[in-house]
Amino acid sequence: MNLFKKLVLAFAIGACFAPTVNAEMSIEITEGIESAMPIAIVPFASQGASLDVSSVVDSDLTRSGYFKTLSPQNMPAKPTSADGINFPSWQSIGQNYIVIGRVQPNGSAYNVEFQLFDVSNGSQLLGYRMTSSANDLRKTAHHISDMIYEKLLGKKGVFSGRIAYITSTRQGTQSNHKLIVADADGANAQAIATSIEPLMSPAWSPDAKRIAYVSFEYKTASVITQTLATGQRERVAEFPGINGAPAWSPDGSKLAVTLSKDGSPDIYILDLGSRNVTKLTKNRAIDTEPTWSPDGRNIVFTSDRGGKPQLYSVPVQGGEEKRITFSGSYNARASFSPDGKFITMVHGNGGDYRIGVMEVNSKSISVLTSGPLDESPSFAPNSDMVLYASRKGNTGYLSAVSINGRMQQRLVFDSSEVREPAWSPK
Amino acid sequence: MKFTKTLVAMAIASTLALTGCSSDEEKDASLTDGSLNGGMNDASVSGLGDGSGMNGGGRFGANGKYGARGANGLPPEFSDPNNPLSKRTIYFMLDSSQVQQDFVPVIAAHARYLLANPSQHIVLEGNGDERGSREYNIALGEQRSKTVAGMLKAQGVSESQLGIVSYGEEKPVAMGHDESSWELNRRVELAY
Repeated sequence: MNLFKKLVLAFAIGACFAPTVNAEMSIEITEGIESAMPIAIVPFASQGASLDVSSVVDSDLTRSGYFKTLSPQNMPAKPTSADGINFPSWQSIGQNYIVIGRVQPNGSAYNVEFQLFDVSNGSQLLGYRMTSSANDLRKTAHHISDMIYEKLLGKKGVFSGRIAYITSTRQGTQSNHKLIVADADGANAQAIATSIEPLMSPAWSPDAKRIAYVSFEYKTASVITQTLATGQRERVAEFPGINGAPAWSPDGSKLAVTLSKDGSPDIYILDLGSRNVTKLTKNRAIDTEPTWSPDGRNIVFTSDRGGKPQLYSVPVQGGEEKRITFSGSYNARASFSPDGKFITMVHGNGGDYRIGVMEVNSKSISVLTSGPLDESPSFAPNSDMVLYASRKGNTGYLSAVSINGRMQQRLVFDSSEVREPAWSPK
Repeated sequence: MKFTKTLVAMAIASTLALTGCSSDEEKDASLTDGSLNGGMNDASVSGLGDGSGMNGGGRFGANGKYGARGANGLPPEFSDPNNPLSKRTIYFMLDSSQVQQDFVPVIAAHARYLLANPSQHIVLEGNGDERGSREYNIALGEQRSKTVAGMLKAQGVSESQLGIVSYGEEKPVAMGHDESSWELNRRVELAY
């Protein structure tokens, strides 16, 4: 299982991309699978491009844990066109697939071409040509990774996605909180909001153009929505008491939120157009952390009405509130997989908090992580990986684990507290 | 395949009139001009660039710890360690919002002070330790604040003298990751 243990890929986050974020991040694959697919990503022929596209593709595929790439120094040759590939020489060193490509200037942009071949029979499985601006070369590389991943594994890649997370740095008695958006590999990290008061609970809109979050910038909690492209913000909930835990409806028109304006914290539906709020739960206990089922019909939330926090489900229009978790003394902070088949949650037993995944139909829970302080799980858009926050000693990490538990990777930050990761839905 | 270029747009409203300010007067100003809908007076945020034009971000909120503000202006009994008014933090057991017996006299002393000083306003800041989920801990922190508020009101303190906010696990005072830190973080601060 530990085939890729301690394989460390360092991505320095360049200051030119993100003047506000100078932390260096690296990714460690802590669990990989033994059946990782051997693939050779031959360095692309490149003229004048500032980014090494093929090395980004190589890193993406390696980081997924499903591929074992070949170091360029161990390659028998470095072909850049199809007729230059001597397939038997790659087969003899155990390679299943080979990728070649070219990056050539086209005016102020670049033409990026790549081809994927099956080494056993020399057949081309993929061949694409794209035009990319210099600034978009990294994005283009991630798209190539997604295409290769989907072709060879039959499921969507998540390399083009982005992640949002919160960092907190303490300077003396003051803390500096940031809401950061980065590429899925940690590159291009940019702070989209910064405050000396806490920022919490980032949630992507379904179109990935906006993020809702909780800010204490006015000393009390409010729910903010912010458009990424423009930075435009709207303060959509600022009631007395708790304004928290925003979750977007699948059509993006509403937020489920937690408000305590009438007493105990309850789940409300906030219509973003009219700003009207409708109370959904009316229990005197704590009801919080709503999440929308992908079909838009139900809200799953955390409630301690039974004494300890457990997950409950209620129709969005209101109705019977049914408990859905029965194992473990603590189940909270639910999040659906985009395909609707799974719910991930914080699963606690005796003061130990791990990430669990429940199959929605059978309600059986598998525990994916080793704790003891794991939190804030969210699914990758392909429903295959769960991103969460964990802690070892004094260092906070973001980690990703496959829902079969076989693949695990850790995003390591050299400084500051890092938490509450959320994977963009697209 | 085409890539739409991400719009580089920057919405930096007045850069931080407030960053760096420290006087109570200025902090109070930030609390009153808090309307975002009017166009973000004291906040600044950033659009997402494509790498070329990202600005330095911004910062919002006032400086300094709200809970500590004004403590110096309080009468001397607040700094006399033998006076229960010197204690302004109520601690709680794990996952509980019940006030422990030890803190009943402390809350009673604050109730007497607030009754005698009806123009005094305080904020009850609820907090929790880092274990469990963050929004649940916000709810738990609020329950703790409300328990203390209920005890103050039971002793005659006017609701208008009391503000409530919960920071959950977002504002720890002890940074360790064991019980000795957690027990210090499960608290309600009476912020004068």
